[in-house]
Amino acid sequence: MLRRLHPDQPESFAFSPENQKWAEAQMTKYPEGREASAIIPLLWRAQEQEGWLSRPAIELVADMLNMAHIRALEVATFYFMFQLQPVGSAAHVQVCGTLSCMLCGAEDLIEVCKERISPTAHTVSKDGKLSWEEVECLGACANAPMAQIGKDYYEDLSSERFAELIEDLRNGSAPIPGPQNGRFSVEPAIGLTSLLEGEGAGSAVNKSVALAKKFKDTIKKIDGTEANLSVNWEKQ
Amino acid sequence: MLKDQDRIFTNIYGMHDRSLSGARARGHWDNTAKIIKKGRDWIVDEMKASGLRGRGGAGFPTGLKWSFMPKESDGRPAYLVVNADESEPGTCKDREIMRHDPHSLVEGCLIASFAMNANVCYIYIRGEYIREREALQAAIDEAYEAGLIGKNASKSGWKFDLFLHHGAGAYICGEETALLESLEGKKGMPRMKPPFPAGAGLYGCPTTVNNVESIAVVPTILRRGADWFSKFGRENNAGTKLFAISGHVNHPCVVEEEMSIPFEELIERHCGGIRGGWKNLKAVIPGGASVPCVRGGEMREALMDFDYLRGELGSGLGTAAVIVMDQSTDVIKAIWRLSKFYKHESCGQCTPCREGTGWMMRVMERLVNGDADPSEIDMLLDVTKQVEGHTICALGDAAAWPIQGLIKNFRDEIEDRLKNQSSMQNSLVAAQ
Repeated sequence: MLRRLHPDQPESFAFSPENQKWAEAQMTKYPEGREASAIIPLLWRAQEQEGWLSRPAIELVADMLNMAHIRALEVATFYFMFQLQPVGSAAHVQVCGTLSCMLCGAEDLIEVCKERISPTAHTVSKDGKLSWEEVECLGACANAPMAQIGKDYYEDLSSERFAELIEDLRNGSAPIPGPQNGRFSVEPAIGLTSLLEGEGAGSAVNKSVALAKKFKDTIKKIDGTEANLSVNWEKQ
Repeated sequence: MLKDQDRIFTNIYGMHDRSLSGARARGHWDNTAKIIKKGRDWIVDEMKASGLRGRGGAGFPTGLKWSFMPKESDGRPAYLVVNADESEPGTCKDREIMRHDPHSLVEGCLIASFAMNANVCYIYIRGEYIREREALQAAIDEAYEAGLIGKNASKSGWKFDLFLHHGAGAYICGEETALLESLEGKKGMPRMKPPFPAGAGLYGCPTTVNNVESIAVVPTILRRGADWFSKFGRENNAGTKLFAISGHVNHPCVVEEEMSIPFEELIERHCGGIRGGWKNLKAVIPGGASVPCVRGGEMREALMDFDYLRGELGSGLGTAAVIVMDQSTDVIKAIWRLSKFYKHESCGQCTPCREGTGWMMRVMERLVNGDADPSEIDMLLDVTKQVEGHTICALGDAAAWPIQGLIKNFRDEIEDRLKNQSSMQNSLVAAQ
């Protein structure tokens, strides 16, 4: 699939001080001389900070890792999560369209996107706030249909609920992620059929939702102050 | 039915305490040093005896895979790499392990790494699993703080570092050598084999790549014994397994069950039956997108294990991701959607796959619309055979098999559609 850099590029890119620290810590995960391994996490952080991945960001990361620019450009254009064009200022909506979600109504969700965001994917809505795309299987098939918005999964969606979510995002609020039909996680919706014993509910929401509530960073641009990487290993 | 006390993943829904102390209360990290002290050979032999087959799709015996690693280092370090790039359509089981039962995986990494003489393990999690990554990282941090991993892991004398790495949305990185390329900071394009990763893998060093579930079940197997694990399921298909059921069942879910459980029992017990009843069942993909689909009628009696699904039905267990389709499904369109998926995810390295996946998708698109000649069905089948087996990795095969399964099982439906469409066109011409 052809993926090109956007024609309009910003002048420069720099990590925020916290993100810079985070990036340098990330590089110590790999053996001496193998820093290039850190390229995906670093490019991803750059995207989280800016919303999309620009040429100056890719080149900066390449320089940090002592890589030729072309090697970093190869990586940035190969992996689909890297957004090579500007996205909506509030959120970029990624609807899973692969088989399990399609069977459960993903096509209706895509219609909602076309109606409420823009008729074509990867196009920022008129108010500049939202953009969308159809992505391949996001691995939450037992909660189909679903969409990823920012860092989070919104699962067990209906068209009506999805339309509400989009309007909430447009109005600047960050809706609570997770199953939208009252389910806890991936248990049968009608009630447990296994794991009936045990100490009972440890918390009101599943782990993903709990983390989203804790960090409050669902659709926020990441400046590095949210959740820091604790460096608890020894450099070999 | 599998009893709760025989389940390995006791917090798969995350309803119980998800912290380290909760994991400990459920039996994880219980004297891990004692298992390590029994030695490398004992662990590998016990894993072989348990009959565990890899849970990532191929079903290769895990203990045997471990035994391919060099016994003594030639100066190069050895690595364990855990494949958490779960992206096979239909599969959503590893996600639940990583966010809700992460300590089973962390402990498994330590024991498996020790058994393979590896001081370092990387977990490669798919990029989209951002919360799962945070949850797993939190578990790793807890384990470091408690001294369970690190310089003297669990006071066993073994030095062990565990790093979490992530991808950025490429299905192909679930292929083990593509995953290693990606982990080295390159495009995820599969490598030629040989050399196999056990000889030259990550950074050119001996490496074993295992699925999350394969590693996460290790501590419990070693604690409760190979005999305990192997008593579940039929011979050669031992153990318990996480099944992910999606599509047209009343209550889709992820559930741990015995291997070789009859399909009907799995659906009735945990999923509240097929939507609209068993007569309404049209087709099932029993093991994730890469295995051929099966007609509903044949599936009802099927046993959910590697050998039955491959031997009797010409399909496969794969990752045990069961996708159920009822009579309302346009099965041709369903398989077209998978063709679209493979076209999107082909890395572009081998010509038969890069060109073939697009070609197959376009022909499938015309079959969906009924806009094709009946002879094209055989031509499509022929092309799938030319893609299959002629590529470096198995993505070419995976793209071919769903179409082959469709033509084998639903040829009549495709032919009907082409006939209807052409008679409609004829009547239009006549009307003009």
